[in-house]
Amino acid sequence: MNEAAPILEARGLVKRYGQVVALNGADFELFPNEILAIIGDNGAGKSTLIKALSGALQPDEGEIRLDGGPVHFRSPGDARRAGIETVYQDLAVAPSLDIASNIFLGRERRRRDPLGLLLRLLDKRAMRREATRHFAELQIGVQSMTQPVENLSGGQRQGVAVARAATWARRLVIMDEPTAALGVKETRQVLDLIGRVRERGLPVILISHDMPHVFELADRIHIMRLGRRIAVVTPKTHTMPEAVALMTGATRGELEQALTKEEPAR
Amino acid sequence: MATKETTAPTSLSALTVVRRIATAPTVGPFVALVLTMAFFSLKSDRFLDAQNLSLILQQVMVVGVLAIGQTLVILTAGIDLSCGTVMAFGQVIMTKLAIENGLDPLLAIALGILTCVGFGLLNGGLVTGIRLPAFIVTLGTLNIAFALTHIVSNDLTFSGLPSEMLFFGRTFSVAGGDFTYGVVLMLVLYGIAWYALTQTAWGRHVYAVGDNAEAARLTGIKVNRVLLSVYVLAGLTYGIAAMLLVSRTELGDPNAGQTTENLDAITAVVLGGTSLFGGRGTVIGTLIGATIVGVFRNGLTLIGVEVIYQYLVTGILVILAVSVDQLTHRRTL
Repeated sequence: MNEAAPILEARGLVKRYGQVVALNGADFELFPNEILAIIGDNGAGKSTLIKALSGALQPDEGEIRLDGGPVHFRSPGDARRAGIETVYQDLAVAPSLDIASNIFLGRERRRRDPLGLLLRLLDKRAMRREATRHFAELQIGVQSMTQPVENLSGGQRQGVAVARAATWARRLVIMDEPTAALGVKETRQVLDLIGRVRERGLPVILISHDMPHVFELADRIHIMRLGRRIAVVTPKTHTMPEAVALMTGATRGELEQALTKEEPAR
Repeated sequence: MATKETTAPTSLSALTVVRRIATAPTVGPFVALVLTMAFFSLKSDRFLDAQNLSLILQQVMVVGVLAIGQTLVILTAGIDLSCGTVMAFGQVIMTKLAIENGLDPLLAIALGILTCVGFGLLNGGLVTGIRLPAFIVTLGTLNIAFALTHIVSNDLTFSGLPSEMLFFGRTFSVAGGDFTYGVVLMLVLYGIAWYALTQTAWGRHVYAVGDNAEAARLTGIKVNRVLLSVYVLAGLTYGIAAMLLVSRTELGDPNAGQTTENLDAITAVVLGGTSLFGGRGTVIGTLIGATIVGVFRNGLTLIGVEVIYQYLVTGILVILAVSVDQLTHRRTL
């Protein structure tokens, strides 16, 4: 899998907030068609890294390349335009609007006739049709595209957010703790959905605290510690306790071993 | 977690049609309107008279137009306490310019409306630029507009207005009732507002900003631009309301629009089912709400209730409507 060129990569990212160094030369690669989990203790720099990759902040040093070409995202809008969509943990949907409206929120489609041109009339039917198609492809079960999102369960709401990202992402999807606000059953639904997003050919960056989920879903696991990528492991080569040990710096030997090898293979 | 199991079939059975009608957001206000009208028609023989009904519409006209702007602001989870006094200032500007300065009446009207738009810009600029709560900003501009109204008018009432300024107060007869052109304009404005809110991307953004501003921002909506447009358009409707008020009273009155219209506009929006928490509501509901307010004022006068008790009733109405809003919407959040 890792023979291919990375879709998204970063080299030597540095971000300082006054005296605090949030990112201290972090590297990053995401390869085609993989789910890459990012784990790390609080303050290890995962969210700063993700914000840099999604355009929410600009690193002080280092470079980010998308499909091999350098990019400079000055806002989340820049990243979106480059084909990178982000799903947030806190259910970033508009509850009173219906499902189709949420999928197309900020990207509404107008009718391609004089009514659309002059009166800016929305093409609700086309948006509903397309939203229905995406939901069917992702196997998200909802009764109707016209029901308000507030009538959905938390899992279905996050399903709407994931479907929106999958609808618009051309290159990759970033999921920032997508199940943090959900119950057990709903978490299951969203995890299955993440797998189906990857099946559509979109690589996924998954930030999660939940080790069993990470080990179940991820192809590779990017471990952050003290603002750097300390190791990249896979569920095949490492156990959960080993990954946690790397994350917290508990076993020195493992740490050094990981640092000397860019790609641990056993 | 709001897990609401719905078992409605996907095909449109008679039951789902009934359910859909029963849960439409304007049904509650509409039922309230019918009940109010039934009550007053039992209390007074004159209430359902065509002349009286057309009088109610004429009285609703000004508050109805104010309430359009107020609906936009409340949909974004804001509130505009300045609507009545901004309108008062607008009508003083337009009548003073026409009478004292001898300006062309149409130009005077335009400048009066522009003044109200300027207040909308001020409100919107402070809400978006300095991120002040709409409540405080508009409480401030309420007082600024109030003071300016009295300073500019010198506490004088402007009368003897040119006929161009009275056009929308003129009436035509349909089915035994007299309707003013202003009522027609009000209905046209409601039509435009309905279209903009439900059939355009801008309308969806207004709802999204009031519903979950952070989610709206994350989807790429320019939240501040939407908010600013809402306050400016609200100012525009207050300016048009000022023009309608002048045409109805045939005066430029510095004491107009201060408490009655201000509170009535907010009452109309809330009675019409628009949530003060933002993101939920319709302008059609507001039109019904404004009519309820008009029916109450008219009906209470007809059955001989003193004006001061009308204030009492309006105050209670607002609190009732807001309580219903709180109980129905807060629970799901």
